[in-house]
Amino acid sequence: MVAKRIIPCLDVKDGVVVKGINFEGLKEVGDAVQMGVQYAREGADELVYLDISATREGRSTFADLVRRIALGIDIPFTVGGGIGSVEDAARLLEAGADKISINSSALARPRLISELAGQYGSQFVVVAIDAKKVEGRWLCTTHGGSRFTERELFDWAREAQERGAGEILFTSMDHDGTKAGYACEVYARLASELSVPVIASGGAGSVQDIVDVLTVGRADAALAASIFHYGEIPIPALKKALKEANIPVRL
Amino acid sequence: MIAIIDYEAGNICSVQNALERLGAQYELTADPEKIRRADKVILPGVGNAAHAMASLCASGLDSVIRTLRQPVLGICVGLQLMCRSSEEGPVECMGLLDARVRKFPEGADAKVPHMGWNSIGNLEGKLFKGLEGGSYVYFVHSYYPELCPDTIATCRHGDTLFSAALRWENFYGTQFHPEKSGSVGAAILQNFLVL
Repeated sequence: MVAKRIIPCLDVKDGVVVKGINFEGLKEVGDAVQMGVQYAREGADELVYLDISATREGRSTFADLVRRIALGIDIPFTVGGGIGSVEDAARLLEAGADKISINSSALARPRLISELAGQYGSQFVVVAIDAKKVEGRWLCTTHGGSRFTERELFDWAREAQERGAGEILFTSMDHDGTKAGYACEVYARLASELSVPVIASGGAGSVQDIVDVLTVGRADAALAASIFHYGEIPIPALKKALKEANIPVRL
Repeated sequence: MIAIIDYEAGNICSVQNALERLGAQYELTADPEKIRRADKVILPGVGNAAHAMASLCASGLDSVIRTLRQPVLGICVGLQLMCRSSEEGPVECMGLLDARVRKFPEGADAKVPHMGWNSIGNLEGKLFKGLEGGSYVYFVHSYYPELCPDTIATCRHGDTLFSAALRWENFYGTQFHPEKSGSVGAAILQNFLVL
């Protein structure tokens, strides 16, 4: 049986890992390669690196960083941020990334998903969705949650899958940064409507939150940032607790 | 010197990176002489087995590989090309390992591709020295080598029990990616390097 995955997420700005609270108030937390190596050693199953640089210089720094990450770590990793074309993705895959994650650019041009899946295979393509609940509907947002779209979460997730997404990474902007738990009922619905794996992101504050999203929420993987970056939940202890809760994990 | 066979079968920098981490001397090459002289040979591969087989045959490297006597390790599609045939195409392969490669059936609890960390068992031989059954390794594939007398490790995905690794004489293959499988994968590669 495929193990449920624990995925630390590292936001990178100009080559350095930072973490925002509700996507604002960035704080520098460390070196991207060193942190990745450390997480891999502690038992992280996969890593996600998101480039949040706003400049061209920042972007080219990121491609160099991806090359160093690929050399340094021996587990799979996904990269995202600013990928708007097959060429952008090609650069990062050639640098050694195992998968790429697209978000705003896929909403703006859904065909990008099919182009990437056609070129590299679905297993390389993660579609990330940031959504917020407005008057009972989950609406997709872009640009780090600052702009609303007309697209509804479940509908968009199904379309992304049909276009060739290999995984859906959903972040609830209402839960992100709160440490009050994941949006479990939303993940459970995504899991029942989709056949591709669902990665849960946003809201992890405790071991129990992660147990809940992998069981009640039926997510295939749990992604988190600050609880790992600040050592609040060490990964070895988390994995042990998940195993004790009868969740299949790699120890 | 380790020869990594270069035949345009997808992104193989992860194999090079893994050998770098182990401090091994390697060369990416399509030169038959360099391949014959190498101490060990690695046949990587991602993507479509039929395309990869066509590419290998076009360069004539399939007949070079068949005659090698030093340890050869096929990884993922590289392993599949060493089997008898693959349903992906379908295509006749090199037939060095006694398995046919088949497509996973779709199942509710067994998504295809089989992707992620899964445990391997029934480990046999020096490739798995120091490792215990139940160790987790990383897989990404939609086609699997069936069980056969050459099987040296097994894995289960849904209802399908398949060969996670095979060996016949000097030819070894892993369906999983040791280069992406953390410390377990590094140990397997290291075991191969000292065969």
